[in-house]
Amino acid sequence: MTRITRGFHGRRRPDVDPARVPPGQYVTQDFPVLSAGPTPHGSLASWSFTIRGQVDQPHTWTWDEFQALPRETVTRDIHCVTKWSKLDTVWTGVSLDTLLDGVETSAEYATAFSDGGYTTNLPLEDLTGGRAWIAFSYDDEPLHPEHGGPARLLVPHLYFWKSAKWVRGLELQLEDEPGFWEGYGYHNYGDPWREQRYAGD
Amino acid sequence: MTDSQALDGNAIAGTLAEVFGGDMTIAVGTCGHCGARGPVAEVVAYTRAPGVVVRCRACDGLLMVITQVRGVFCVDALGLVDLQAPA
Amino acid sequence: MNWQPGTVLELIEQTARTKSIVFDVPGWSRHRAGQHVDVRLTAEDGYQAQRSYSIASAPEDRHIELTVERIEDGEVSPFLADELLPGDEIELRGPIGGYFAWEETPGTPVFLVGGGSGIVPLRAMLRHHRATASTVPVRLLYSARSLEDVIYRDELTAADAGDVRLTLTRRQPAGWTGYGRRVDRELVAEVCWPAAERPLVYVCGPTGFVEAVAGALVSLGHGAARIRTERFGPTGGETP
Repeated sequence: MTRITRGFHGRRRPDVDPARVPPGQYVTQDFPVLSAGPTPHGSLASWSFTIRGQVDQPHTWTWDEFQALPRETVTRDIHCVTKWSKLDTVWTGVSLDTLLDGVETSAEYATAFSDGGYTTNLPLEDLTGGRAWIAFSYDDEPLHPEHGGPARLLVPHLYFWKSAKWVRGLELQLEDEPGFWEGYGYHNYGDPWREQRYAGD
Repeated sequence: MTDSQALDGNAIAGTLAEVFGGDMTIAVGTCGHCGARGPVAEVVAYTRAPGVVVRCRACDGLLMVITQVRGVFCVDALGLVDLQAPA
Repeated sequence: MNWQPGTVLELIEQTARTKSIVFDVPGWSRHRAGQHVDVRLTAEDGYQAQRSYSIASAPEDRHIELTVERIEDGEVSPFLADELLPGDEIELRGPIGGYFAWEETPGTPVFLVGGGSGIVPLRAMLRHHRATASTVPVRLLYSARSLEDVIYRDELTAADAGDVRLTLTRRQPAGWTGYGRRVDRELVAEVCWPAAERPLVYVCGPTGFVEAVAGALVSLGHGAARIRTERFGPTGGETP
């Protein structure tokens, strides 16, 4: 029987509308840094983003080409499977709708891949319809390396492990292939509102 | 460059004791990626993640990932070719 | 090794940023100098946080002492340092860790190197050395920003403190005759016993500090197996 610690609250935000908090989550004021490996430090000169796999030819953008694309600033809530949620986070990035526009594919799935070897998988459909971005700015500042800079995938409607830090591209696939955490027992899809944390949930 | 998230095997000693049933800090392991050999206390441990990620200090290769799924520990130690705990 | 309750007996201000907490832990199994405990806190709504803290007390001391550095915006350390009161109860698990622990090996000198709150487990080793009337030579090199930041200052600067070398990296008091810079290879070479004497070395502190000191020791000929390391987060103690 776990004992309650008198007076301990953690650094949670009080006065939060419960309708905005998925089951089992706690809202924090902080922006915790979670990593599975060392922070990559590459140069923007060598950065590129590539969509490859089930496509006629790979589509690649250098950093300059990427920065020239239309960008959006969005405010979203984010939910980490380790139970913290952060509300009203502000991001600027290029919508996946923009990047996938003109990419012909019969793929139904995508694996995002990152510097350092991290991968995460999701249905291609979840990257469309204004629900996903390649984000390079957080809170009006260039995205810090420890938070995934220079650019990360941002898919706020799924648990935040799907928002791959240091993203370098998407592999479009006919079959779904589990990524890093999905292969270690985490849920293949990861909807926070259905509390899909682990495989089998 | 030293990463601020990178601790060592001492930081996960409690978790390892839960998983393996005893103190593992002085157990000696061999990295399957580069062959480096050393005590578990000296691995690089990332403890702020959806699981514990253990990497080789010499080559950053993935040694072990420990997750807790619905209360049950799942350990993947495919990056270790050898792990010897003292009797 | 299960979670067990620890009751706060006493709180002791160490420095402006650190506080010692003395616990009564019924049924505590005797620890080894250098080991640590895991601490678990549970809020009323079930939210839990867990951290590791080195044990500052020697196995011979009557009660378990932890020393907590208050990390600004930290989740756990400000609570432990500022909110706990005598009589409060928290959950502890341990003692943990057989690697970073010291008992006397006859004839083997011991060199302890601590940066910031890395002094905590080393202080337990020093207290154990004294409590057992050990005759092996032991020397401490402790790096802190200023004299005000030296944890256990009275104990470590007392006349009978033993062989303690302080280096104050940011600010030195008037008339200071000790070291006044970051621990570098030259300082390690000056203070540590020669590699030929095969000392056992324990290095504890922030990751960058430990890497620099361990690297210096290896370059001076100390075998890697003679060097034990324990890395805290970048600020030492808790990573917020």
